[in-house]
Amino acid sequence: MIWNEEFETLPREALEALQLERLRRLVDRVYRTVPFYRRKFEEQGYRPGDLRSLSDLSRLPFTTKTDLRDTYPFGLFAVPMERVVRIHASSGTTGKPVVVGYTKRDIGTWAELMARTLSCGGTTKGDVVHNAYGYGLFTGGLGAHYGAEKIGAAVIPVSGGNSKRQIMLMQDFGSTILLSTPSYALNLAEVMAEEGVDPATLKLACGLFGAEPWSEAMRKEIEKKLQIDALDIYGLSEVIGPGVASECLEEKHGLHVFEDHFLPEIIDPATGEPLPHGEIGELVFTTVTKEAFPVVRYRTRDISRLSLAPCSCGRTHVRMERISGRTDDMLIIRGVNVFPSQIESVLIAVEGVEPHYQLIVTREGSLDVLEVQVEVNEAIFSDAVKGLEGLARRVEHDIKDLLGVSCKVKLVEPKTIQRSEGKAKRVIDQRKL
Amino acid sequence: MKVEQISIFLENKSGRLAEVTEVLAKAGVNIRALSLADTADFGILRLIVNSTDRAKQILKESGFTVAKTEVVALEVPDSPGGLAGILSTLDKAGINVEYMYAFVQRSGDNAIIIFRFDELDKATRVLLDAAVRVLRAEEVYAL
Repeated sequence: MIWNEEFETLPREALEALQLERLRRLVDRVYRTVPFYRRKFEEQGYRPGDLRSLSDLSRLPFTTKTDLRDTYPFGLFAVPMERVVRIHASSGTTGKPVVVGYTKRDIGTWAELMARTLSCGGTTKGDVVHNAYGYGLFTGGLGAHYGAEKIGAAVIPVSGGNSKRQIMLMQDFGSTILLSTPSYALNLAEVMAEEGVDPATLKLACGLFGAEPWSEAMRKEIEKKLQIDALDIYGLSEVIGPGVASECLEEKHGLHVFEDHFLPEIIDPATGEPLPHGEIGELVFTTVTKEAFPVVRYRTRDISRLSLAPCSCGRTHVRMERISGRTDDMLIIRGVNVFPSQIESVLIAVEGVEPHYQLIVTREGSLDVLEVQVEVNEAIFSDAVKGLEGLARRVEHDIKDLLGVSCKVKLVEPKTIQRSEGKAKRVIDQRKL
Repeated sequence: MKVEQISIFLENKSGRLAEVTEVLAKAGVNIRALSLADTADFGILRLIVNSTDRAKQILKESGFTVAKTEVVALEVPDSPGGLAGILSTLDKAGINVEYMYAFVQRSGDNAIIIFRFDELDKATRVLLDAAVRVLRAEEVYAL
C-alpha cells in the first residue's frame, strides 16, 4: 500500500528534477544561514550557483559525526530558535550527544515519512499500532507515533520494557502492527512462549523493525515465531529519525529510500569517491527538505549498496540493501576495501558453514596477509583430509572471486572464536603500521 | 562386517590430543586403535573404541567436532607380501583406499588393519570373494 502515490511513484526524470531543485535551495540556504557549511563550502572552492546537476553533489564536502559533536548543541541549526519546536538527541555513549532540531514543518514531514513507512507494512486507519520504540530523547518512539496518528490508526505508546504487560496489552487491545527493534521482537516471542501465549491468537499482522542491524535469518525467525510479516526500516536521528527508508511487503528486498526528501549516495569510505549503483560502500545522505537541521552529505558509516531495479510495489524510489555492517569494521588489504560482511556472505553460501569466523590480518614483509578462521562443525566435518582441505580451498577461491584478494582459510575447532555478548569480534588486525 | 570409527577434528595446538584421551579415560572408554592424519593446520584423529556411541557423546559434550564413519577391519597375514596381496586384489577391482592404519593387537598369527574405502560394500564383497578374513564389529571392539 502506498501512502503518497504521487511522490512515491514519480517517474525518475521528474523525481530527479525535483531533487535538483530542492538540493539547490538547500545548499543556498545552509550557505547563508549556517557558518559551518559556509566555511566548509568555501574551503572546497564551492560558490552558490555552482550546482548544475545532481552529479555536482559529489563536489560538496562531507559532514561527519565529529562535525556534529564539534558544533554541540545547536551549531548546525539552520533556523532561529523561535522556529524550533522539538529537540531530540542521540544517546551519546561517547562524550556529548548529537543534538537535532525540528520546525513545525519538519515534524509534519517526519509524520508524512513515517506514514509512508507504516503504509509499506499495510497499516491503515483501522489498525492498532503497538509502538514499542523508546519514547523520549530517542527519535524512534515519537517519530513512529506521529506517522501512525497521521494515518489515523490507534497508537499504543507503550515504549520499551515490561514484556509481560506488553503481551497482555497486545491481547486485550488487539494490536495489529508492531513497532520495535528486531531484538525486542524476538524477546517478546520468547516471553510469549514462556507464558504459554500462542501468537496465532493475537491479531498481529506485520512488524516494522529498525534502529539496529539485523539479518535475513533473524527476519525468518521473527516471522515464524510471531507469525507476522517482518519488514526492515531504516533511519537515523542525524537525518530525521525513523522514516528514511523502508522495505515494502511486496518484495521485502531492499529498502525504498524516500528520495524526494533524502538523497542517498554510496561512497568509498577510504577515498570518499562516489561509487556507482550496485557497489558496496558507505551510505551518505543529504536532506533536501528539512528546515531546522538539514545535513549535507552526512556520512552514516553504515555499509549498503543501492539498486534502481524496478519494484513490484510500484515505488520508483531507489532501494538500499539491508545494512550489512559499519565502516568502522572495514579493512584495507593490499589496497582493497574488505568488509567482514562480504566474507560472511561467501561463508553462508557454502552449505553447512556457520557464520562464526574471524579475520586475522598480519603483515609479512611489506605484504598484507589475510587469514580467515572458520569453525568446523559437524555439518562440514569430513573424516578425510582431502574433504576438509577441499572446503578450505573452495572458500579461499570464492573469497578471491568476490573481493579480488587472496586469503588463507584456517579451519579451527568449534567455539574457539571468541563470542562477546551477541556480537562476535570479527577482525583482529595485527599489522603494525 | 562394518566397524564404527569416530573421527575428531583437532587444531594443531599442543595439548589437544591429551585432552581427547583424558575425556575418554574419565568416561572409561578404551581405545582399541588409533591414527592421526595431520596437515600444517589441523589434524583428524580416528579411533576405534570399545563403546563408540558413548565416546562420541562425551566428546561432543566436551566441545569437539566428532563424526562417526564406517570402516572395515581385515586380518592380514603377518608375513612378507601379506598386505601386498590384499591391496592388489582391491586394485584389480578398482577400489580406492582412502586411508588405513594398523591395530596394535594381533588376531592369532595375523595383523589387523583398518581400511576406509570409498565403496565400502563393494570392497567387502571383493575381499570376502578373495577369502580375506573380514572381522565382525563385535570381534574388533572386544579385542
